[in-house]
Amino acid sequence: MTKLTLSRALNEGLRRSLENDPKVMIMGEDVGKLGGVFRVTDGLQKDFGEHRVVDTPLAESGIVGTAIGLAMRGYRPVCEIQFDGFVYPAMDQIISQLAKMRYRSHGHVTLPVVIRIPFGGGIGAVEHHSESPEVLFAHTAGLRVVACADPGDAFAMIQLAIASDDPVIFFEPKRRYWDKAEVDTSAPPSDALPLDKARTVRAGDDVTLLSYGPLVRTCLEAALAAGEDGRSIEVIDLRSLSPLDMATISASVARTGRCVIAHEAPVYAGLGAEIASRVTEECFYSLEAPVLRVGGFAIPYPPARAEDHYLPDLDRILDAVDRTFGY
Amino acid sequence: MTTEIIQLLTPEGERVEHPDYSLGDVDIKGMYRDMVLVRRIDTEAVALQRQGELGLWASLLGQEAAQIGSARALSPKDMAFPSYREHGVAWCRGLDPLRLIEMFRGVNNGVWDPEEHKFHLYTIVIGDQTLHATGYAMGVQRDGSEDEAVIVYFGDGATSQGDVSEAFAWASVFNAPVVFFCQNNQFAISAPPERQSRVPIYQRASGFGFPGVRVDGNDVLACYAVTRQAMRAAREGEGPMLIEAYTYRMGAHTTTDDPTRYRLASELETWRLRDPIERVRSYLARTGEADSTFFQEVDTEADELAAKLRAACLALPDPPPLALFDHVYADGNAILDAERAQYTAYLAGFEGAE
Repeated sequence: MTKLTLSRALNEGLRRSLENDPKVMIMGEDVGKLGGVFRVTDGLQKDFGEHRVVDTPLAESGIVGTAIGLAMRGYRPVCEIQFDGFVYPAMDQIISQLAKMRYRSHGHVTLPVVIRIPFGGGIGAVEHHSESPEVLFAHTAGLRVVACADPGDAFAMIQLAIASDDPVIFFEPKRRYWDKAEVDTSAPPSDALPLDKARTVRAGDDVTLLSYGPLVRTCLEAALAAGEDGRSIEVIDLRSLSPLDMATISASVARTGRCVIAHEAPVYAGLGAEIASRVTEECFYSLEAPVLRVGGFAIPYPPARAEDHYLPDLDRILDAVDRTFGY
Repeated sequence: MTTEIIQLLTPEGERVEHPDYSLGDVDIKGMYRDMVLVRRIDTEAVALQRQGELGLWASLLGQEAAQIGSARALSPKDMAFPSYREHGVAWCRGLDPLRLIEMFRGVNNGVWDPEEHKFHLYTIVIGDQTLHATGYAMGVQRDGSEDEAVIVYFGDGATSQGDVSEAFAWASVFNAPVVFFCQNNQFAISAPPERQSRVPIYQRASGFGFPGVRVDGNDVLACYAVTRQAMRAAREGEGPMLIEAYTYRMGAHTTTDDPTRYRLASELETWRLRDPIERVRSYLARTGEADSTFFQEVDTEADELAAKLRAACLALPDPPPLALFDHVYADGNAILDAERAQYTAYLAGFEGAE
């Protein structure tokens, strides 16, 4: 076991994939010499060469479009989109080409492309650097959408994503890049929880709290605080946003009878809406209260000095938990 | 800037020489045959659409020389990325035209194995495939392969798309072995090339740092010679090139279009005099390389091909409903699996019903 930041754990995972499969490539803006603006690809170009770790021109559609071509040729490109708000120029290539190619070709064309996107707020950034666009991808058939939350899981998940024959949109919680935890870098990804499974990160009996990415830590802190008040919260890290692991979610809610979903993305038409609808359908007779959602408001991401009001924090999450006991 | 157009066969069917492009030993009769056959396929497909058997068809009428000439210049290992009108290229890559008919009939989205034919799937979103071709060429480069290159087809309208500019930039800075083959057929549906660019399209390559040429797109010999040379240069590591095949879309954009709203009949007549097939026929007849028996045989073969294609089209079954759920993911998907199971049960509920 080694104590690593989430950024470093991803770096180690990428390194393993590059070592294990000569077809794996990394491409993006500033991923080579600089090692990425968050240093996730630090040192990889030096060790694997400019042909495998490619500093690309500054154009997101070009990054994804050429990655598609490389994948057609048998490569497994891992694209870095520098920030969440910069992925939109690549949306046509992602939605019209990457997501649909297997379907339209009846399986003749496999595109094992991973698109890494640092997402979420809380770092005091300027506009377009703090968004949570995951639901746009979850709504697109043909993509797998995942989000990692802590160093140990990030190390495994990035390797699983690269090994997947499906295109994977891989969200990384940018404000947690510097969180540290013990990581077993000798563990093979085959030992890890499969990419499409949710993970119970804290067991509890009174309410199920669902989240992913940066808010998993916030939810754990909320559960700890609630525990001191005698309320037992089960926290589930969704990991996979598409497909959702409804078996794990519903099994928990059927037991607790209450469910709260927290994400930074706007509540309106967000992932929480899909989960709430499915939980209501699958756990109708077990529910003691409506499924509640905590998330961003129906506004563009606000300026940094106001983001604390926008981002769900421990208190807003516990407020929602409390409200589920008011029915 | 002067605009030079490379030509090896005049509209009257006269062979002319060009200092930079020699023709060498080529099968002109084979080119003629290919052009006649794909025009006949095209005519039949338009008729099938008019009779309600196809949802749509994008006609290649007038662009036979650009497609047959360029596609015949490819080596078997070269990879081609089409837009959605490259029926002539498809033909040269050995694709059964029924595969194209299936797509426009709506029984699938155009299904074949791109690697088997070295011909990628049709791409409908304008210009997207230029980036795929460039990425594929970067893969060829990384494989260290020196006997293959990539060609990508797109139109004059596509040159306005950001993806095409990005592909030009990428191909240039990585020196990728890709040839950009732009069929300037004078129309992006209704908009003329002047609406896309203030300079001739081939000259845009120089701004990206690679050569561009304009070729008479209705001259199958010139299209062949220029493409052959560009592909050879790409294979030999000389990087990308832009070929603008200056041609004319004699038909409508697609079967839903009405070109009388935006062009004059007299313009069409002018281009009819430059017909890509007629000039080869004139050349073959005058030089005695082909006689009337040959032309008759090709016409008969074309009619037989069309009849066979029509019969095969009419016999195409609709896709079974549960096939909707196939091939979305490689690794399985619990949400989709549940929907498939649910719809299977729903359909089963109708079994035995009146």
